[in-house]
Amino acid sequence: MLKVNDLVVRYGMIEAIKGISFEVADSQIVTLIGANGAGKTTTMHTISGLLKPYSGSIFLDDKEISKVPPHKIVEMGIAQCPERRRVFASQSVEDNLFLGAYTRKDKTEINKDLENVYALFPRLLERKNQMAGTLSGGEQQMLAMGRALMAKPKIMLLDEPSMGLSPLLVKEIFDIIKDINSQGVTILLVEQNAKMALSIADKAYVIETGKIVMSGTGQELLNSDDIRKAYLGG
Amino acid sequence: MTFLTYLISGLALGSVYAIIALGYTMVYGIAKMLNFAHGDIIMAGGYVAFFAFTKFGLPPVLSIILSIIFCTILGVVIERLAYKPLRQASSLSVLITAIGVSYFLQNSAQIMFGSDTKIFPALLTEGSLKLFNGQLTISYLTIITIVTCIIIMIGLTMFINKTKIGKAMRACAEDKGAAQLMGINVDTTISITFAIGSGLAAIAAVLLCSTYPSLSPTLGSMPGIKAFTAAVFGGIGSIPGALLGGLLLGVIENLTKAYISTQLSDAIVFAVLIIVLLIKPTGLLGKKENVKV
Ligand SMILES: Nc1ncnc2c1ncn2[C@@H]1O[C@H](COP(=O)(O)OP(=O)(O)OP(=O)(O)O)[C@@H](O)[C@H]1O
Ligand SMILES: [Mg+2]
Repeated sequence: MLKVNDLVVRYGMIEAIKGISFEVADSQIVTLIGANGAGKTTTMHTISGLLKPYSGSIFLDDKEISKVPPHKIVEMGIAQCPERRRVFASQSVEDNLFLGAYTRKDKTEINKDLENVYALFPRLLERKNQMAGTLSGGEQQMLAMGRALMAKPKIMLLDEPSMGLSPLLVKEIFDIIKDINSQGVTILLVEQNAKMALSIADKAYVIETGKIVMSGTGQELLNSDDIRKAYLGG
Repeated sequence: MTFLTYLISGLALGSVYAIIALGYTMVYGIAKMLNFAHGDIIMAGGYVAFFAFTKFGLPPVLSIILSIIFCTILGVVIERLAYKPLRQASSLSVLITAIGVSYFLQNSAQIMFGSDTKIFPALLTEGSLKLFNGQLTISYLTIITIVTCIIIMIGLTMFINKTKIGKAMRACAEDKGAAQLMGINVDTTISITFAIGSGLAAIAAVLLCSTYPSLSPTLGSMPGIKAFTAAVFGGIGSIPGALLGGLLLGVIENLTKAYISTQLSDAIVFAVLIIVLLIKPTGLLGKKENVKV
């Protein structure tokens, strides 16, 4: 269980997150939707420890993690697949995947998870020796997700996995997110593609300029008139 | 044959530049800073080897190892105390701090050891190899220097490309934030980078002081600047670039000294650098900075 309480995050004097609270229950898919600049990535980075909150707290189960350094957060079971993928362009696909397992020492388990990632993304197996920088955008997205999975996370943070992908590929990626979730990984999904995100989410929060303005089950928000007008194009 | 002699000794000088340039280039690649005090770590390494050998009577190998250990620790301590607190600061503040550290090391050496020049002992070998009926003479020191450089280059390239820590270093060089999301401790990685660069500086110190056997608190400045030039010349951030830049610089410097002018050699070396950078601003093997989207 991940719990964010009254979180405030600032960049210098600018308050990007203005006191948000939400929960991600175990084995659920929870989504955070919102427009450009709403503060979704800031929230993800703060959970991962790359940014420190100005105030508020973040609990993983019963541990406060808002002051824990990022590499320790990965060890505690939160892995992030960041916005724009950020694969290591000059390293091979397989080396990228092994970097995802950087904090782990269980060699045989790591190899088993590598098999699992290749089973989820057969295209990565075909390209395992290719430099990550030469992959297509869709393949890089698969690599970034596979790399996060290699950390064997309890919770996976996904920041706009559909960005820049064709509708067909978006559907494929969302099916895989459901697969990953059904393997027992809790998912916190940030999306601008509200329709897709809401359709797979157990719980959803709408964030607008640093504040949560609405929440409900995925289905509830899909049916809400306000959401339809603001995020689903009428 | 004399040309060959100058060429080979130029390669040896270039090998030393290359080993020093590695320190600049690795630190730049990973910490994105110019460690101007790197040359002065060479100086420290020279003094440690000197005292270990002459004052404490340690055997050459132990003196060199002691020097490597000392410089490794010195490099890590400098990074922790002087540079780490500036991780979020502007690059200009970091550069000024590095220049400050450089002066601090030079002045400390002056206070501790005096500013007079000491004669560095023949730690490594004397004598030379005679080829072609004595027409070509290559000193053993020259051979040792070139071979050491080759071994370091191969070792470091394997380390960077094949080991888990090496791959983590490359990940940090490319994208620190993403590296942290993998669970890589960036501070530790930067410390390791400084440790390696400074350890190599100690090796460079012994080779350099054996070739030009005089020891003074400012001995690291000029080779430091030349090696920095070599790193930029080859493409800063690139390990093969440091090798290529170092070797070219050493050869150009030596041939200029032999055939054009001893006094003008430094000016010519820097002129070549400026021309290369005008034609190819990222250096010979430098990659275009990836524009962050
Ligand atoms: N490094 C930074 N320095 C200053 N302001 C920042 C920084 N990063 C983000 N911001 C600001 O914080 C606010 C939230 O940005 P954030 O990246 O979290 O939005 P987002 O919801 O992820 O948007 P998008 O959907 O476009 O990715 C924006 O107003 C942005 O300009
Ligand atoms: Mg974002």
